[in-house]
Amino acid sequence: MGYGIGTRLVEDFLARSCVGRCHSYSEITDIIAQVAFKMYLGITPSVTCNNSSRNEFSLILDKNPLVEFVEELPAGRSSLCYCNLLCGIIRGALEMVHLAADVTFLQDRLKGDSVTEIGITFLKKPEEKKYRRKK
Amino acid sequence: MRARSAGRSLGAGGRRMADAVLFEFLHTEMVAELWAHDPDSGPGGQNMSLSVLEGMGFRVGQALGERNPAWLPPSSSPWAPQAWPGDPPASAWPKCLPLPPRLSRETLAYREELDILKFLCKDLWMAVFQKQMDSLRTNHQGTYVLQDNSFPLLIRMASGLQYLEEAPKFLAFTCGLLRGTLCTLGVKSLVTASVAALPACKFQVVIQKS
Repeated sequence: MGYGIGTRLVEDFLARSCVGRCHSYSEITDIIAQVAFKMYLGITPSVTCNNSSRNEFSLILDKNPLVEFVEELPAGRSSLCYCNLLCGIIRGALEMVHLAADVTFLQDRLKGDSVTEIGITFLKKPEEKKYRRKK
Repeated sequence: MRARSAGRSLGAGGRRMADAVLFEFLHTEMVAELWAHDPDSGPGGQNMSLSVLEGMGFRVGQALGERNPAWLPPSSSPWAPQAWPGDPPASAWPKCLPLPPRLSRETLAYREELDILKFLCKDLWMAVFQKQMDSLRTNHQGTYVLQDNSFPLLIRMASGLQYLEEAPKFLAFTCGLLRGTLCTLGVKSLVTASVAALPACKFQVVIQKS
């Protein structure tokens, strides 16, 4: 479902945000955190880069409006990834601008972790040198 | 799990919530998801999906009302949820207490019921859809017709008669939303919707006498 939303959301985002071209995965991740999250959810996750080849990043969510009314996961649903919609949205949006990525929750406060962390791994395309990274 | 309804300045203080467009996108996906599994299901399957959507809307309407105490009528009003001794236990409507038996609906000032419907047309619609309802009519006997000439959940679909058959899927959640909010305000109702030409639609609210 998130993927479906993301493929449409990205058009709305591009129309409203007027961001220019991005030249690196790092720039893209910064835009997702500082512009997109701020525009839609009113929060700004912090960004960290997780590997030296600079294609794996994490968004650390200090606050998550989606869980504002959730105290804990329902009984019997302890493995539920409550906000997985967000991962799908990011993945769908990136795919619409021709970027393949794996997006998953690495940590989840609802599951007892200390923070909520979304990991974005940009997947390299075989002929990536021939394409400009578009936003 | 509660689907989140987005809107600006919900409740006192004008606290900004998520961007309004997110709810529209989420709603579209909810409808698509329910119909994706069995697009050729007969009327039985369709009705099940419609009632799932309506049920979700109902729960959101209830929750919106519960989390915004400013919306509840003042405790002096006969519409305020109050426990009266000797009342039958709440059955299918746990959040809504029945009216006290010594006050029949007919003896209540007609204005109070109309005030609640006006509240739906103004405050609820503004909170969820960032606009007010375009018109409210009544037969003065417990039936109200709320008309929205450019309903936000239908606007992106089409204009006119195209997709008329699909329109009910996009109204079920909102019918539930109305019914749920009314429930928190102490009113039992049946809500249905109809579309003559997109994006205009009408919601019919029939107050159920207890």
